[in-house]
Amino acid sequence: MRMNRRTGALALMIFACAVLLAVTLAGELASEPAGVTDFTRKNLPPSLAHLFGTDWMGRDMLERTLAGLSLSIRIGVLTAALSGAVALVLGTASAVFGGWVDALISWLIDLVLGIPHILLMLLISIACGRGTLGVTAGVALTHWPSLARLVREEVLQLKEATFLRAARRLGVSGGDVFVHHLLPHLLPQFLTGLILQFPHAILHEAGVTFLGFGLSPEQPAIGIILEESMGYLAAGRWWLALFPGLALVGVVALFALAGERLRLLLTPATAQE
Amino acid sequence: MTLEAQNLTFRYPRRGASPVLEGVNFTLQAGERVGLSAPSGRGKTTLCKLLAGWEEPSSGQVLLDGVPLSQYRGFCPVQLLWQHPEEAVDPLLKLRTTLYEAGPVDQAILEGLGVREAWLERYPSELSGGELQRICTARALGPKLRFLLCDEASAMLDLVTQAKLWRFLLEQVERRGLGMLIVSHDAALLDRLCTRVVSLNSGS
Repeated sequence: MRMNRRTGALALMIFACAVLLAVTLAGELASEPAGVTDFTRKNLPPSLAHLFGTDWMGRDMLERTLAGLSLSIRIGVLTAALSGAVALVLGTASAVFGGWVDALISWLIDLVLGIPHILLMLLISIACGRGTLGVTAGVALTHWPSLARLVREEVLQLKEATFLRAARRLGVSGGDVFVHHLLPHLLPQFLTGLILQFPHAILHEAGVTFLGFGLSPEQPAIGIILEESMGYLAAGRWWLALFPGLALVGVVALFALAGERLRLLLTPATAQE
Repeated sequence: MTLEAQNLTFRYPRRGASPVLEGVNFTLQAGERVGLSAPSGRGKTTLCKLLAGWEEPSSGQVLLDGVPLSQYRGFCPVQLLWQHPEEAVDPLLKLRTTLYEAGPVDQAILEGLGVREAWLERYPSELSGGELQRICTARALGPKLRFLLCDEASAMLDLVTQAKLWRFLLEQVERRGLGMLIVSHDAALLDRLCTRVVSLNSGS
């Protein structure tokens, strides 16, 4: 059966979302056994019984990887949602109110964009006491500016639209204009921007954790797994880093794929193909 | 009621732009039908936008019975029929939503304008300019309307539909005592419709 491009894009997007959901659920189930140590099976290379091998405490690496990915995805979704909300509020406020509000928010956007990402994230994470809270706050508070800028530009353009002026003079309230006229026009860009933030958020969460300023060692995070494996790579235990690392790249690629397909489906120029 | 423009000056926000309108005074009484003609680019449309409150003047003011127009909240008593109706409706909303955005619309108005029920289930891109303009007219003719500004409002209609639209509008304006400003390049049309015709020269 031949599919047209729209159906194809939709199928790919649904496939990516389904895999991500499955990984999240599987990780949820695996998080309990992932912590079980068994010294009779430690340091085993990949085999049929343990596809990703086991570590120096006899923990199954497949289960640890799944649990870590699940945690990463949940933190990614949470931080993307938080930074998306911040971006939507600040971007819209900036464009709608103009004047000093716009100046202040634009200055804040430039300020946050001007500081190296990873540095600001580390500082916020440390200030919030590391752990899940620290990582979430760190990633969420550094990822809103580019999206806020996008929202601001869009609203600035929409604000001048004739149909908005007409609606205002017909007595439609500001809130109704926002919900019925602005949001539907914003949604395609905003959703795409939001989904494309997931891979960033996940990679940064892993990065901050890898550097030791994020999630704590007892949490089954990919960043923790990779950081611990560093000490064993020289001993030839390549599977400790390779499979979790590949899995992380895979998840990031799936999010990027889903976001890209969504953009194709929502952009008017390509939506009809 | 009186719609009054006092010493209006307007320039588009671009550095060094010369004003489109400078020191324009204009009065429109209820029950009057005034035609406005001027060569292209003289600011007829800009004047309409200012009178309807779509733009704020750079200086001068628009008064409705002595009260600045910007102080009116809710449905503005001065409504503008835009020359491009496809720009005046939200492309993402069905026309039923657009039509009833300002509140209920009298069935007699819909019938008088020939707005069909089936149009309301469609999106703006699925209707012609003339059909959209009739929907825009219907929503502008709310009970609080006092002045109707028509900026080349019938230019995209065929002659039969034009005649129907104007006949309907004249009947409404007369019965409800509305004031009307008609912008057109068509001198014959203005002669037929208007009680007085003014031309827009700077300082007039």
